[in-house]
Amino acid sequence: MSYSITEPGKGIKWVAGILVVCYALITIAPLLWIIATGFKSGPDSIAYPPKVVFEPTLEGYVNLFTDRTRATSDMLEAAGPPETWYEQIARDQGTVITGASRYGERFLNSIIIGFGSTALCMILGTAAAYAFSRFRVPLKDDLLFFILSTRMMPPIAVAIPIFLMFRNLGLNDTHLGMILLYTAVNLSLSVWLLKGFIDEIPVEYEEAALIDGYTRFQAFYKVVLPQAATGIASTAIFCLIFAWNEYAFAVLLTSGTAQTAPPFIPTIIGTSGKDWPAVAAGATIFLVPVMIFTILLRKHLLRGITFGAVRK
Amino acid sequence: MAQIRIENVRKDFGSFNAVKSSTFTIEDGEFFMLLGPSGCGKTTTLRMMAGLELPTSGRIFIDGEEVGQKPASQRDIAFVFQMFALYPHMNVRGNISYPLKSQGMPRAKIKAKVEEVAEILGVTDILDRPVGGLSGGDRQRVALGRAIVRDPKAFLMDEPLGALDAEFRERMSEELRALHDRMKATTVYVTHDQLEAMQMGDKIVVMNHGVVEQFGVPQDIYDWPATRFVAQFIGSPPMNFLDFEGVIGAGGDEVRLNDVEVKVPPSIEGAKGKLTLGVRPEHVTLDDDAPYRGRVMATEYLGTTQIVTLDTANGPLKARVASAARVDVGTTTGLRFDARTITLFDQQEGRALRSQANAGVLDHG
Repeated sequence: MSYSITEPGKGIKWVAGILVVCYALITIAPLLWIIATGFKSGPDSIAYPPKVVFEPTLEGYVNLFTDRTRATSDMLEAAGPPETWYEQIARDQGTVITGASRYGERFLNSIIIGFGSTALCMILGTAAAYAFSRFRVPLKDDLLFFILSTRMMPPIAVAIPIFLMFRNLGLNDTHLGMILLYTAVNLSLSVWLLKGFIDEIPVEYEEAALIDGYTRFQAFYKVVLPQAATGIASTAIFCLIFAWNEYAFAVLLTSGTAQTAPPFIPTIIGTSGKDWPAVAAGATIFLVPVMIFTILLRKHLLRGITFGAVRK
Repeated sequence: MAQIRIENVRKDFGSFNAVKSSTFTIEDGEFFMLLGPSGCGKTTTLRMMAGLELPTSGRIFIDGEEVGQKPASQRDIAFVFQMFALYPHMNVRGNISYPLKSQGMPRAKIKAKVEEVAEILGVTDILDRPVGGLSGGDRQRVALGRAIVRDPKAFLMDEPLGALDAEFRERMSEELRALHDRMKATTVYVTHDQLEAMQMGDKIVVMNHGVVEQFGVPQDIYDWPATRFVAQFIGSPPMNFLDFEGVIGAGGDEVRLNDVEVKVPPSIEGAKGKLTLGVRPEHVTLDDDAPYRGRVMATEYLGTTQIVTLDTANGPLKARVASAARVDVGTTTGLRFDARTITLFDQQEGRALRSQANAGVLDHG
């Protein structure tokens, strides 16, 4: 489609450009600060005025992944010379490594729960959205409204009933429990978003596939799913971001086995003084999976967010 | 290839009745037109043949086998959609080969078959192009390719030329007809365009409000419409209707229109009361000496002929006369009707009265 709009003047373009850059700085600056802090030494991280130029160190990362204890000179002598680079870093701070920290496990929990609930949410959401879009479902409008209404209050409002329910069902502090919980919270969003995407796919494509000798299920996954890829990808990102960042339920319902990274990261701070670099390192690593996921799906995401804005 | 038979088929969508008890037969190898205005149930009827809708009641036979409740994938028919419905995530080759893949045909054979079909339709050079950028005509050819590639029992087409512009329509309709003549495949074609139906069809079913109004070869339907609706829907301009109050006995061959005697084909059934005399514009001649009079309201020049609109005591009337004839607007002239071509209708029911002229056509349809 071609159309013409009035080309903005040079001045307006400059103003627009500056505004965009300012906005980007405001949103990106804290991220950059966190990433930078992760590479600072303890004193540098709390120096005043704040240090923008500093000597990078992996102290924060070593501290994040290890448990250490303050060592006396006898202990240091008994331990012998450091064997690895990270032991060296620990020694430089006057500590010895006593073992791996829990961060790795917590991070893995986040991956399992975040991606698990996203996958479940996509499977159930796509199936439900397809049914709502294509079949005559009794009480369709009421059901859709009911599904939407579950989002009308903050999920944490039902924290106490969920806590009691989880306790009775033995779902407290389990991966399954958290996956189910995040799926339940995200499902309404995913059904609504996906229904919109599937509604836009002409039903003739499936009918053509039926005529061409495919069963309805084959038509669904060979013709509808590829068409809905954009919608599924952008919905998956929304679901993942929610499940990944969720804090309140994670604090309430997990403590050990299934604890995710968000409730764990603040606890790092208390283990040996205010270890800001370790916290920042934890936050930085925590950002990576969502970033990778989003970058992988970025084409779809952009189309997904602007979907429906332009008439074809 | 196959015969398709529709028996008392009915379709309801909730409380809405889309098709009421239709019955007709499409013979093997026929190019069959389902004609009617939008919302008349023609597309629903076609979709029931395809298995995209299941009939509420009634039976559908393809090649003698009852398929009414079978899913589309088991009917071995091809369907050409109005908007083509080419799979957007595949290229032209992918689209044409898709029906063969579902049959599990070996790759080499699929390739050969697709190329053969591409040759027939003249799309060989675009086989590896994505379908997104194709022109309307090429999309249409690809859609046809997908339909003919697996030699189905029948082709069902839902206004396949509807999405094309006028220039292409003409060409594609010729290509379609030529393709049909070459393959001798049973084809059911839905259209709302009566000209297209007359041009391309071996037989036509005219539907209205979910009811089959008439069924037969184009010439019979044009000459001897079974109902007022058919008479009006087919032909451009449509048949003239002169409403009058009168009487005709069985065997009678004239009616009195505004106190003028008009000859009609010998009637088989008698009727009395509100009747309508139907006459095609080309069967009206202007003759100053004729007793039935009309006032010329307008003329439209069409090249070889002209359409003269007249006002008569029984309503407006259009006559198709040679363009050389001199007709002055505002003058009053006499009108003669070709007695052999007239159809009388019962005004209440809109049904044609049987005469010796139309009985042969109406009895079989």
